[in-house]
Formats: sequence, structure tokens, C-alpha cells
Amino acid sequence: MYTQALDTHGREPVPAAAAEGAGPAARFQARVDAEEKIEPKDWMPEAYRQTLIRQISQHAHSEIVGMLPEGNWITRAPTLKRKAVLIAKVQDEGGHGMYLYSAAETLGISRAQMFEQLLAGTAKYSSIFNYPTLSWADVGAIGWLVDGAAIMNQIPICRCSYGPYARAMVRICKEESFHQRQGFEIMLTLAQGSSEQRAMAQDALDRWWWPSIMMFGPSDADSKHTAQSMRWKIKRFSNDELRQKFIDNTVPQAQFLELTIPDRELRWDEASQHYRIGPIDWSEFHEVLKGNGPCNRERLEARREAFAAGAWVRAAAAAHAEKRALREVRQP
Amino acid sequence: MSEAHPAAADWPLYEVFIRSRAGLEHKHVGSLHAADAAMAIEHARDVYTRRQEGVSIWVVRSSDIVASDPGEAEALFEPARDKVYRHPTFYAIPDEVKNL
Repeated sequence: MYTQALDTHGREPVPAAAAEGAGPAARFQARVDAEEKIEPKDWMPEAYRQTLIRQISQHAHSEIVGMLPEGNWITRAPTLKRKAVLIAKVQDEGGHGMYLYSAAETLGISRAQMFEQLLAGTAKYSSIFNYPTLSWADVGAIGWLVDGAAIMNQIPICRCSYGPYARAMVRICKEESFHQRQGFEIMLTLAQGSSEQRAMAQDALDRWWWPSIMMFGPSDADSKHTAQSMRWKIKRFSNDELRQKFIDNTVPQAQFLELTIPDRELRWDEASQHYRIGPIDWSEFHEVLKGNGPCNRERLEARREAFAAGAWVRAAAAAHAEKRALREVRQP
Repeated sequence: MSEAHPAAADWPLYEVFIRSRAGLEHKHVGSLHAADAAMAIEHARDVYTRRQEGVSIWVVRSSDIVASDPGEAEALFEPARDKVYRHPTFYAIPDEVKNL
């Protein structure tokens, strides 16, 4: 579900032409320009490979960590129906992580390496999951806004030049639409409920609006990888283009809910036919990315605990498989 | 893995093929790790058929797949390129002739 311009952190990759001879690099670019898909065994520039490994693994980590804030409400969902839906959604996020880890592995990184990077805290994941889910309305706001922003980011990746990533994304996008709609439905139910329920919905919108807007990553002027990623057709639209599209889609939805978007400067611009928002507080975004968000430590701790608690299960499964294999050798 | 998080090497990788409904062929949908084939089937059920995408699953160890080399694609597939006479549209038949 959740990319946020994940190409924006980490070291600058080595420029393609510098690392490899112009011959294969030029042929590669020509294939990309012709909208051909690149497959795992095809020649590719090392920087393209590294950029994709970073982006896809960060995307996978985001799916896995993304299970935590919503998982927080499974046992407290207000009805059995909502509980079943939330379990299904969280399970989808786990599935999305699996598709993406597999896609990243085709580029030569192992699953174990990626887990290590996540648990060691050296890998990034979407900063949005470092915010807490304080009320049930947050589950609605996440589906509506966070998944909504993710869909906006992910649909263009269905046409990414790297085949396995594009295929994973097609599968993910199909499932994502349910996530957004169930979230909006939660918000709608609350918005039409008692004054306390309306207040919950408004509070959730107040807290999730700006972090969702920031999911699209830094402004184009400050986004150092955009140009190269666009040349490689990993990225199709700039951060600001996608952000604007999200705002234009979402403002009327908030109006339908009769909730107030927490931005006094928000206005409809007749000339450009777009909604214009006030300035974004990027210092908050960078603090959360640096690890100083409200839940950074808690999220990683939860992943580490889960990994450690599952160690005996993995060991048992491996031992069982080994025993079965031996038995098959003895009794063919 | 680092010392704080000791992990065994990854379980073997399996490729997953799903038959979406009776009458259709199994189609490659992706891959996953599992300790053995039985677990691979169970994981494939959870990862790839959460919305009734399949009625049958095949899993095969990725290491057992023999694949053609993209570097030899030209040598393998080029010979078919100039044999357009293998296609029905190669033959010009007058419009009056029916059922052909």
C-alpha cells in the first residue's frame, strides 16, 4: 500500500554511464525508452539495480511496518464486521510485503539481508507509520487518506520499467481499492453519527491530513532522485504532481463528510482549476524520517520482538523439513 | 544477520503457479520462501489466493527451473522471425472464396 517517494533517501546511486561502458548502457536506455520491460536476468546498469533494490525493499518494509498501527485496533474494532474487515486489510498488507520482497530478491538481495536492514534500523520505511493510532477513527482515516495517497503513488508504478516490480504493483493496486473504500466508509459512518463520533472523525482528519500530504515526499525542487528515476521509467510523475492530484481528489470527499481539512489557507483556485494548500511543515517530515517521530522506536521494537519470538517456529519448520527429506531418501 | 537478530539462511525459494479456474492452465503468479513443499502450498494459499484467485496450486523449487539465457535470445528466437509463412495471414486468398 504505501510508498512515499521512497526514492528520496539514501545515498545517491553511481551515475549509470560512469560505471559501465556506454554500449550496454545505451542499449538499456533505448529499451527503456521504447517502453520495453526489463526482466531479472537482463543486463541493467548497477545504479538502476541499486535504486530498485532500495526502493522496492523500502516499499516492502512499509507494508510490513504498516500492519502495526492498524493491527493495534483489531481487538477493539467496534463490530464483528469491522473486525473481520480490518483483519483482511492487515493480512493484505502482509501479502503486499511478500510480493515486494520477492520482487526485490530478483535483483540479487536476499530476504534475510532485507530483514536485517529493517531490524537493524538502517532501512527506511514510510514515515507515516511512525504516527500513533489513538482512536478507532484513525483506522478510517488511514484507509481513506494513507491508502488513498498510496494508490496515487502506486498506480503509475504498475507501468514501471522493471517487470517484477510492475507485476507486484498491479496485484497490490487491485487490492488497495478495498482498503480506501472501507476507510472512507468508516469516516462516513462516524461523520453521520453522534456529535462525539463526528468529533472523533474530525480529530483523526486533523492528525492524519498533513502526514498524508507529506507521503508524496519532498517538493520537486528538493527531490534529488526524481530526474534519474523518470529517465529509467521507475517513476512517471513528480512528487508535486501526485500530491496535487491527491489533494484535488480528497478535498471534495472531505466536504462530502462535512469535515474540515486542517489548513486555513486551503482554497479553490479558479484559474488553474486546482485546490491550493498552505505551506507544508517539512521540518516535521525530516524529524520523523530521522527517527524522531512519535512511534519510530516502538515500531522497530515490535518488529524485533516478533522476529525473535518467531525464531523457534522457523527453527522447528526447518528441522521438520530436514527430517522429512531424510525419510524420503531412505524410503524412496 | 547482526548479532542482535541471529537468523538462519533463507528457506528455499519456490515459484508459484495458480490455476484460476477449471479449464485454464496454471499460470506463474510469483514466488515465496518455505521450509518445504507442503509449507509452500500453504503459504501460496495465503499470499496468492486471498480472493478466490485459484482452484489449484503448483509450487516448484526455483532452483529446479532451467531457464533460457537472455543473452541467447536472438539465437533462439531469431530463426522464427523470417518464417511468416507459418501464419495464416501470409496467404492471399480472394474475398469470394468462403470458409477458408
